[in-house]
Formats: sequence, C-alpha cells, structure tokens
Amino acid sequence: MLTRTPAPEQAPQDVETELGSVSLRDVRKRFPARRRGADAVEALDAVSLEARPGEIVAVVGPSGCGKTTLLELVCGLIEPDAGTVDAAPAALMAQRDLLLPWRSAVDNAALALRVAGVGREESRTRAAALLDDFGLGEFRQARPYELSGGMRQRVAFARTLLSGRTVLCLDEPFAALDALTRQEMQDWLAGALALAPRTVVMVTHDVEEAIVLADRVVVLSPRPARVVATLDVDVPRPRTRTDPRLVALRERALRELRA
Amino acid sequence: MIAVALALALLGVWEGYAQLSGIDEFVLPAPTAIATALYDDRVLLWNNFTVTATEIGLGLLVAMVLGLACAVAIHFSTGLRRGLYPLLVGSQAIPIVLIAPLLVAWWGFGLTPKLAIVALVCFFPIVVPTRDALGRVDADLRKLMRTFGASRWQTFRMVEAPAALPGLLTGAKLSVAVAAIGATFAELAGSDAGLGNLMLKAIPQFETARAFAAVLILSGFSVALFGLLALAERRLLPWAHQPRGTAP
Repeated sequence: MLTRTPAPEQAPQDVETELGSVSLRDVRKRFPARRRGADAVEALDAVSLEARPGEIVAVVGPSGCGKTTLLELVCGLIEPDAGTVDAAPAALMAQRDLLLPWRSAVDNAALALRVAGVGREESRTRAAALLDDFGLGEFRQARPYELSGGMRQRVAFARTLLSGRTVLCLDEPFAALDALTRQEMQDWLAGALALAPRTVVMVTHDVEEAIVLADRVVVLSPRPARVVATLDVDVPRPRTRTDPRLVALRERALRELRA
Repeated sequence: MIAVALALALLGVWEGYAQLSGIDEFVLPAPTAIATALYDDRVLLWNNFTVTATEIGLGLLVAMVLGLACAVAIHFSTGLRRGLYPLLVGSQAIPIVLIAPLLVAWWGFGLTPKLAIVALVCFFPIVVPTRDALGRVDADLRKLMRTFGASRWQTFRMVEAPAALPGLLTGAKLSVAVAAIGATFAELAGSDAGLGNLMLKAIPQFETARAFAAVLILSGFSVALFGLLALAERRLLPWAHQPRGTAP
C-alpha cells in the first residue's frame, strides 16, 4: 500500500542543542571462527571514519563487508581489536523495524523514554506529538501488524529520535521496503532530519540512497573492509535525485565500488 | 456437522448393543442409562466435581507459576540449562502411580498432594514452550534495548516477559488434559471426595453408569477449560495471532 507521507511540519520538541560526534581511527575487528578448522573472519581492516556534529555520513559497501560491525562499534555494542572508537552515545535503528507487537504505535515510540525512567503519561504525550509530526496521528493506537512497512519504519524512527541520543546509527533502514516506498521514505527522512538535526552514520548498499541523503559518502571495499574512497556531497538541500551533480557522484561511487 | 453426526451414530450403535445384547448394565451401561445417572446423581456429581475442578484449576495455576519461574531461570543461566533440563525430563518419567500414594502418605487426604501431582504432570509441558518463546526473542531487539541503556531487568520486563506469554498459554493448553488425568490418579491414591474418588467407589457398587457420568463431566470440564484458555489467549494476546508480514 502506498501511503501519503507528509513531511513533518514542525520540529519535534526534544531537539538537542549539543550534537555529538563520531570518530573511528584505524579500527580493526575480527571474529573468531564459528567452527573448528574454519578461518577467523576479518571484518574491518584499519577503517577510519569521521562524523562531525550534525553531519550525515553514509557508508556504502558490498554485502557482508562489515558495515553492521561498524555501527555496532559506534554504538558501543562491541569493542574493537585495535584502533580507537570515540563516539557520543548512539541509538541504533535496524533494517527491520523491531517494533514490539504487543505495544501500540505510541507505546513503541515511547519505549526508549520508558527505559530512561520517564513516566507513562509524559512518555505517551511526547511520543504522540512526534507521531503527529510524522503524519501518524490517527495510527497512535494501532498495533504494528496493522501498519504498513513504511509506517512501521517511521514509528521505529520516532522511537530512535526519542531515545535522546544525538548520534543515530541507521543500518540499511529502508532495505526491507519496496522500491517506491523506499524512495518516499528517503525523502521523508531528509525532511525529518532537516527539522530535527542529528549526527547520523548510516550504512547502506544503495548508492543512490547514500548520495541523496548524506553530506559525505564513505565507500568500503569487500571484506576485510577498508575505506577506498570518501566523496563529499556538496549539494544543498532539498535535493532532487536527477540533479546532475548527484548523478555524477553516483557514477563515481559505483566506479569506486566496482574497482 | 460431520463430528456431530458421527458421534450420534456411535451413540446409536452403543445404545442398540447395550439394549439388545443383554449385556449386564454394570459391565456396559447404555448411553441412556448414563444420561439418567447424570440427572439422578446430579447433586452428588456436582459436589464431587467442585472438588476435582479445584484440584485441576489450582494445580494448573501452581504449575504455571513454577513453570514460568523455571523457564526464566533456565533462560538466564547456561549452568541451570545444562543442569536442570535433564532433571526436568527425568522428573517426567517418574510414574505417577508410584508417587501418588507416597505423597498421600506424606501430606494426607487433603488438597496438597493433589496439587503436587497435577503440578508435577503439568510442569514440563509448560516449561518447554515458555522457555522456547524466551529463546526466540530477537537478538537485535536485545541490542536495541542496550543502545537505549536498558538494564537486564528492563529488557526482561519490557521485551522478554511479554514475548514469553504465548508460550506460557500454549503450555497451559497442552496441560489441561494431563491435569485431569493427574487429578484422577491423585484421588484414586487416597481421597475422601472428587470425581476420581466417586469412580473408585461406584465400580464395586455396580454403579457403572455413575462412573461413566463422572468421566463425561471430567471430559466436558477439560474441553471447557481448554476453550477458556484459548479465549484468554485471543483476548489478551491478539498480536500473537497476526501474520507478521505487510499489513493492508
């Protein structure tokens, strides 16, 4: 189902003024062999990455090149074997929405607030206000199974924003959606981030998604991942996909990926 | 419809055989004789039914509480999983016939040994699906909770415990039938009331029809209890029955 996705009209009330930054330097990570006799998997080979406060950095790379590992390092879920990870507290948004099926949309969006010890009523009020901004006002009480894929991702994004973390790690957030909804959600995310600025590290294997959304695109090699190119996207927002500068950058990124 | 027609046909054959073959009524009572006993002995049956229903209901409740606690303990500790699971499986092999008289000897003719036996037979079918439901919780969901700064307890309360409820109810549904058998066994081993007690006394008194009536009530109760649990499941956990794919 195709849903109209109005861009948020006003900024969510909880925009943080102090945005965090992310800095990875020469980070290496390998995982021990799963079975005896198998080789250890080298995921990251001296990867460096920088996201200044308020910057959107996209990481593109072939499937299985260690992109998710990169985000787990930023979020502090795993420790690097070598190198340094210096990042403000980050919230992770995965490819799957991971909404709790027994909670309504508003209670799902409020999850991080409840974890942080905010009272039930206040959490609901704040989550409901953000869902209104996201065009989901009439679906507040809906359970996840009653929502479309795009709607569920928007609820998940509301939950991520309400975590109060100023760094967002997006792990292929729209990969599970159909092509049309995905484009719509990319435009929607650009609008949402313009109103509620965050430092964003997003990984994707969709080069167009990276170019359209990011300030900077980091291209990774196949495993073990190394940075093969960094492209600055100096195109003002709002952007159109057919902008010749974006098209040229996309061609360049694809060339680097194939190299 | 087919089920009803089949049941009626079987009852007809049974009735015809009991009436025409001249078989003794205390060997095989006709369905009409059972119906008569059901009506004539209704006070007696009801009084004993309430005793057995209490044993089954409370026993099931005890099993659910203990089963949930045990599933959680196994879920949280690898050591317990390795140590406790074999013991649980082993406990299922203890013949109730053997242990029921012992429990009566320890705890007397009252409710306690019945609860213990019903809980013992229901425990395992409750632990297994509950623990499986806990184990199936998405690892990415736990990671998400960690990035929100959730404590282990918060993750359990907000994510794992609700996810375990469908398992708990599935276990309870599986347990209903064995609970009825367990309660009957417990009463046969020593009791002063209950449907099992009634059956035990009815046979030597040549009141076979009354014993059959008691069996009928016990089956009916099991079906009703199962239906009640299924209803509770649909009402309390509607999300557990929805496809997880794309909604309209």
